[in-house]
Amino acid sequence: MIRIEGLTKSFGHDRAVDAVDLSIAAGEFFALLGGSGSGKTTLLRMIAGFERPDGGRILIDGEDMAQAPPHRRPVNMMFQSYALFPHMSVAKNVEFGLRQEGLRGDELRRRTDEALDLVAMREFAARKPHQLSGGQKQRVALARAIVKRPKVLLLDEPLSALDRKLRETTQIHLLDVQKRTGVTFVVVTHDQDEAMAMASRVAVMNAGRVEQVDTPRALYAHPANRFVAGFIGATNLLQARAGGQGLLAEGVRTLLRPSASIDSAEPCWVSIRPENVAIAAPALASADANAEHGVVEAMSYYGDHTVYYVRAEGGAMLRAARFNAAEAGPVFKVDAPVTLSWPATAITVLRS
Amino acid sequence: MSGGKNALPSAILPYAWLLVFFLAPLLVSLAISLTHAVDGSPPYSNPFDWPSLNLENYRSILSDDLYADALVNSIRVAATTALLCLLIGYPMAYAMALEPPGRRQILLMAIILPFFTSSLIRTYAMINLLKETGLINQALSALGLVDPAHPPSILYSDWAVQIGMVYNYLPFMILPLYANLARLDWTLAEAARDLGAPPWRAFATIVLPLSWPGIVSGVLLVFIPACGEYVVPTLLGGQNYPMIGTQLSTEFFQNRDWPLASAVAILLLAILVAPLLLLQWIARRSEAAA
Amino acid sequence: MTGRGLFRRSVLAFGLAFLYAPLVLVVIYSFTASKLATVWAGFSTRWYGELIADEALLEAAWLSLRLAFISATLALALGTLAGFALARFPRFSGRTLFAGMVFAPLAMPEIVMAISLLLLFVNMGEILGWPSQRGFLTLVIAHTTFTLSYVAVIVAGRLAESDRSIEEAALDLGASPLKTFFVITLPVIAPALAAGWLLAFSLSLDDVVTSQFISAPGATPLPVVVLGSVKLGVSPKINAIGAISVVLVLLATSAAYVVQSRRGRRLRQRSGL
Repeated sequence: MIRIEGLTKSFGHDRAVDAVDLSIAAGEFFALLGGSGSGKTTLLRMIAGFERPDGGRILIDGEDMAQAPPHRRPVNMMFQSYALFPHMSVAKNVEFGLRQEGLRGDELRRRTDEALDLVAMREFAARKPHQLSGGQKQRVALARAIVKRPKVLLLDEPLSALDRKLRETTQIHLLDVQKRTGVTFVVVTHDQDEAMAMASRVAVMNAGRVEQVDTPRALYAHPANRFVAGFIGATNLLQARAGGQGLLAEGVRTLLRPSASIDSAEPCWVSIRPENVAIAAPALASADANAEHGVVEAMSYYGDHTVYYVRAEGGAMLRAARFNAAEAGPVFKVDAPVTLSWPATAITVLRS
Repeated sequence: MSGGKNALPSAILPYAWLLVFFLAPLLVSLAISLTHAVDGSPPYSNPFDWPSLNLENYRSILSDDLYADALVNSIRVAATTALLCLLIGYPMAYAMALEPPGRRQILLMAIILPFFTSSLIRTYAMINLLKETGLINQALSALGLVDPAHPPSILYSDWAVQIGMVYNYLPFMILPLYANLARLDWTLAEAARDLGAPPWRAFATIVLPLSWPGIVSGVLLVFIPACGEYVVPTLLGGQNYPMIGTQLSTEFFQNRDWPLASAVAILLLAILVAPLLLLQWIARRSEAAA
Repeated sequence: MTGRGLFRRSVLAFGLAFLYAPLVLVVIYSFTASKLATVWAGFSTRWYGELIADEALLEAAWLSLRLAFISATLALALGTLAGFALARFPRFSGRTLFAGMVFAPLAMPEIVMAISLLLLFVNMGEILGWPSQRGFLTLVIAHTTFTLSYVAVIVAGRLAESDRSIEEAALDLGASPLKTFFVITLPVIAPALAAGWLLAFSLSLDDVVTSQFISAPGATPLPVVVLGSVKLGVSPKINAIGAISVVLVLLATSAAYVVQSRRGRRLRQRSGL
């Protein structure tokens, strides 16, 4: 449906987007996730047609659109600032795109009303943008972008201007609209929770490149490299090398014994998610692998879970997260000696 | 701190100054415009002699072709100036607003700089260009476009006044337009393009309507002072070029008919009050929007 | 560069050429050896020499400078107070009239104000016996009146965008309103004050219309003298005056720009941005 091949864009000496390849299927809810400067916004603006790529192709339904001007692309965008035309009413905003197609009269009104119904904003049709709340503006922007039934709807940080409570309901609303219209959604976001919660697949971007494209579950469980492991969720990341029956990691005394086999002696990294690290009263001995003594140095209470920051015997700072269910076991205080342990399956070995 | 009393220490001095040296003079002019000219010093009848006051001066201005012509011509020249400034200034302000911020500052300086040199010098510079032996004619005859023996005279014509006015007032048009366009949210134009509008239509439906306040204040900032312009018609228009500013000065210094001159001034002010109020209304509206 | 970028650059280049070409020509032709202002007959500084020898002109220039300095300073004081009152007090009795009087001169034909002021001075002379004659003092009053509006607008604008809470912090820490104004408000708006003073100074220095009406035989500012001689015809001597004024403006504004941008850079560095 959308194929991006070798897409490259530089600003001066900065490679904003560096030979990116992507393919996005029709009807997919796809997310581009990355920090600021990762190139995600430039990539989005190239798909919309606001930036000319230096090289590469953007194929939409097999047609290369890389050099087409924005108004000739079957792509619409919901802007981060919403970019609602301040001098036009809600209805005029929504019908703007249809008017550009030459649509007039009953058909224009019918399609405009339909789009407004989709976002439950029909009763506000006569209002001006400045008379709307943030959430209402967001919905009008969505209606305006989707009214032309584009092949691809681009959403630039669609939730960033909303407060936290509103974000959750809006996420569900976006998913619902996507399902009902069947339009391919491409969301740009810096918020991993947002990407994970909404998207069927996520591309993690860093320094102009795509680090990994996968389902949210796969990204979390099987990160392709250190960057993705650190970017998606929290993790304990340790440098390691093969030794004995497993891996010797820096700052940890115990031997790490992953479930997968270790195939080379090259230096590597291991990632262990905090929720897989069990925290317990100190055991008498830690002869076994995958267990480490330490001292609680700090703790953060989040209501549903608590994160313990434990100074390992080997010197590393390890994080252990524990859910605060009714029968969660003892609470450890700062300076308490503890033993951390993790199952072999929790150890992810990263080669890069 | 927003109580009215606290404003007193800061407001009282400028308030008093403006009452005495801005408002009072206008009232004095109004009073004198109702008197009639006499020989002597001062050259007008006693404004405190109530029964002698009348609207005769206004009647004679409106019935005298000389003033009617000057008034109509002033408005015509000022309106043309405003229009030409808009046509030249809008593309310039637009181009400036699209430059990167660092370069914008320098361009802004470059636009303001000539405004800091005296309008007299700028108008004088135009004489250098426009007179019969001036540089434009020199260039044209060098190109063989005009006969050097009988060069056409641009100076002391409508054309010369018009060119000089545009030259003098262009920065007044560019600045409000630029201030408006620089604040414009350009993603709105992108949004229009994204929704299928070709560049010219994105401009016509989005950018132009949104820059309307800038256009109105630019036009008024040029039109209002241009109506009363004195230096340009005096230097470029030749003897007795009919504009209100020159007419006023003639009436004042040569004919010494001060009551009539006051009436002309008051009338000019009255004609311009409407656009002034419009300007204030726009200022208040954009203040409220911001 | 795209075609549209090229078009934009050409528009700017054309516009700037229109604004600057006449001024550049004035500077160039001030160095001609010819008696004709627009004929090039070799390089010469003769007209500058004649300028320096012209005592009446020098006297007028000195008067203009004093006039501009004093009226800009008075306008700065009054305009700052007016701008402060307008920016900080959204309502007080008589505010509408006050705001109207502050802003109206910006959009009024100058000649109307000039005539009105002249009539006021004549009437005051008749009734109060002061001013018995027009001269330097009436020029100062007139120039202060029409420049103070510009200062007020610049100051009010700066105050409107400055952070109100730093003044409130000073008040909260026990400073009196007067002390707060001098120790906190004034330093914050200092750049605007400098800009306002410079603008008032240059407006006064350049003014023809008001000066023309208010001046008297003993007190004639430079632009009025120049206007008188330009009416008689152009001369390389006036090119020389023009050249000097253009170069002075250029130097002053570039200096102001350098100071401004350096201050800006220093502030950014200090605040770690």
